[in-house]
Amino acid sequence: MKASPTTASVPVKRSMSVRAWIANYGVYVALALLVVINAIITPHFLTVANLRLQLIQTAPVLIVALGMAMVIGTKGIDLSVGSVMALSAAIMPLYIGYGTVPAILVGIAAGGLSGLMIGALVSYFGIQPIVATLAVLIGGRGLANVIGGEIKNLSDPGLAVLGSGSLLGIPYSVLSAVILVLVAAFLMRRTTFGVMVEAIGGNKKAAELAGIRIKSVLVSVYVLSGLLAAFAGVLVAARSSASDPRTLGLLMELSAIAAVVIGGTSLAGGKVRILGTVGGALLMQLIVSTLVSHNIPDSVSQMVQAIVIVVAVALQVGRRKA
Amino acid sequence: MTDTSQQGPAQPHEEAALALAARGLNKSFSGVHVLHDVDFSLRPGTIHTVVGENGAGKSTLIKSLTGVYQTETGCIELAGSEVRFNHPSQAQDAGISTVYQEVNLVPLLSVARNIFLGREPRGRLGLIDVRALNRKAAEVVQDLGIDVDVTAELGALGLGVQQMIALARAVTTEARVVIMDEPTSSLERREVEVLFSVARRLRDQGVGIVFISHRLDELWELCDEVTILRDGRVVHTGPMHELDRRSLISAMLGRDITEHGVTSFTDTDVSETTAEVVLEAKDLSAPGRLQSVDVSVRAGEIVGLAGLLGSGRSETVKAIYGGLDTSSGQITVKGGPVRRGSVPAALRAGIALLSEDRKAEGIVPELSVRDNIILGILPRVSNAGVLSNRRIDELVDRWIHRLGIKVSSSRQLISELSGGNQQKVLIARWLCTEPSVFLLDEPTRGIDVGAKQEVQALIDELAEKGMAVVLISSETEELVAGSDSILVLRDGEVSEILTDDQVDNSRLLSALVDGGQR
Repeated sequence: MKASPTTASVPVKRSMSVRAWIANYGVYVALALLVVINAIITPHFLTVANLRLQLIQTAPVLIVALGMAMVIGTKGIDLSVGSVMALSAAIMPLYIGYGTVPAILVGIAAGGLSGLMIGALVSYFGIQPIVATLAVLIGGRGLANVIGGEIKNLSDPGLAVLGSGSLLGIPYSVLSAVILVLVAAFLMRRTTFGVMVEAIGGNKKAAELAGIRIKSVLVSVYVLSGLLAAFAGVLVAARSSASDPRTLGLLMELSAIAAVVIGGTSLAGGKVRILGTVGGALLMQLIVSTLVSHNIPDSVSQMVQAIVIVVAVALQVGRRKA
Repeated sequence: MTDTSQQGPAQPHEEAALALAARGLNKSFSGVHVLHDVDFSLRPGTIHTVVGENGAGKSTLIKSLTGVYQTETGCIELAGSEVRFNHPSQAQDAGISTVYQEVNLVPLLSVARNIFLGREPRGRLGLIDVRALNRKAAEVVQDLGIDVDVTAELGALGLGVQQMIALARAVTTEARVVIMDEPTSSLERREVEVLFSVARRLRDQGVGIVFISHRLDELWELCDEVTILRDGRVVHTGPMHELDRRSLISAMLGRDITEHGVTSFTDTDVSETTAEVVLEAKDLSAPGRLQSVDVSVRAGEIVGLAGLLGSGRSETVKAIYGGLDTSSGQITVKGGPVRRGSVPAALRAGIALLSEDRKAEGIVPELSVRDNIILGILPRVSNAGVLSNRRIDELVDRWIHRLGIKVSSSRQLISELSGGNQQKVLIARWLCTEPSVFLLDEPTRGIDVGAKQEVQALIDELAEKGMAVVLISSETEELVAGSDSILVLRDGEVSEILTDDQVDNSRLLSALVDGGQR
């Protein structure tokens, strides 16, 4: 900061680009750092069992965050995801008598239906995404309570496999999250849908004049987010062999938004970063588990998460100014 | 910059200090010179209008005077002493108040709160003395002849009243200069009259007022002096009453005939009346904006749309393209009907529109040049929704090469390009759709001279290859050089059609001046 006036502009410029770099890749660096630190200070961190646990716990948040990233890419937001998780987990037991797969499909379909409704409200009735999804956040959990009542034990063997079984040593939930990440990345990078999503978020008017059907793209995005949230709800219920509509998926919308934002996706829309979102979800999980395994109270870990979110957003603001 | 409280009756012809003076202002944006040595003098107790077509430098001048922009050279004097504003708030503190078309007050607060925002009368304990506030506000509005309840929420009032409250605020801040930028464009006639009477009262109190409006008739009604800008230069300044409508518009738009040959349009008058009619739009109407406009373009023909700001030029092409809600009209392309009000339908029929507002309606800043180019043809560069990189790269590289777009790579963000190159990317976007009708709204505005000539030559070439082109330009010379025939619009109606050898600068100017007044 002691640069002479003539050279002052150079360091300023460089610090801006460093900032942009951190906003883009900082999440991976932070993740790597945290892994290294944990490997040193946390006993049994680098064991298969522990890593497996970390991934299993990340999977639902990550799956929800994928849908959230797309919604945020269109300049929207989806607050309904937590309640949609509860809803699908509450509906599923009602149909378990027809078999595991039909019950799961019905649960997931409920999420798609909720997304369809939100998408219609947003694109055809012009209701702001935050309002439309807030309505489902509140009403959806209410409905889940009505349907599911209190905690239901799910002793279906098929669900038990989905919840705790694994293929070649990889838990099904982690496997499905990996597949969904690949699908989402493909959707965003290699399909017309991805271009349309980012064009709508970047400049809606221009996208409209380029002949893009804004309304159907928006509806699709909310439907996708609803489907993903519902699937995450199924996973959580399967893992715990229980469905509690009052707590399942509670505050999930905030964790998902945090993962997206920490991953470098701007809330202003126009850009979707799938891999960054993966990093964001893993980072949040690792922070919590690090603190928990060192007996630091949950309240502290919440504050740490808050700081990480603020730092991530602050970096983005800096990027936009630069 | 504070103590020259020369309030009182206006004495315009006295040798008093100017309320606001600017000398030798120069300003350019990414290589495009928008202000050339502009001088501007505002005397206290006068209403002074600045006129000019789009891109003449009007808004740049205003923004330079109010601290939004900083000019490269030149100085600004306020009441005789030199000032330098680095931020709009500094200009405001110094006594320059700006009233925009979009009212920048707080809609959820009361009228009184808005008038005294930041300067509320305080009672004991430093709390706002609401009673005194309302009383003082009531005095102010009564003084100005505004009939309004000062305790009403501002946002609940009409836009006209809101404008007046913005003016009232200017009065109470003891502004010596008030700039009114297009305050009337969304007001009804009755509201305009009240606004004018408020402005006249302010003038009579010795305030210098800069008034900008694209409704030319208003100028003679209200203004004492006029400064005309064209291409960033002052071409005339003097008393308003010395100019009539015709000379004002001529000065605004006209250029000497000797300046001919500045454009890159070649003089190949097609006028083949045998070529097939490609675009036929009949009876286009949109409430309050267009009245029964007919446009017909043959293959290989360039039809110009002329008119002053607000005449319905852009609305006409938007209506044809489906981007503007219309109440009636038929559009056909090569004889086939096109559904009104649907952009995808227009695109499918082979219509493309290069919009006037590149930033708001054209580029998607966060996307690459590549993605911006393919935005209009996504189905054609994909199989079942999966993008075909091979086809995209082929197409994108071809157009980048063909239009000479300067990029480091096709994956560069479009927001990093210059205005001219952004425009070329957008032209490439539309040409990719292989249109048979190309609607170009101000295709050369705000781009540098080199790019401008390239774009003009390209338009010519496209027409030669049989495309039907509609060209909108505020530069009469560009229209005359480029078009085979010209439709002159006024108040949303076609007022005159110039064909064949009627297409020349002086004919066009007189059509613009007299059109619709016969």
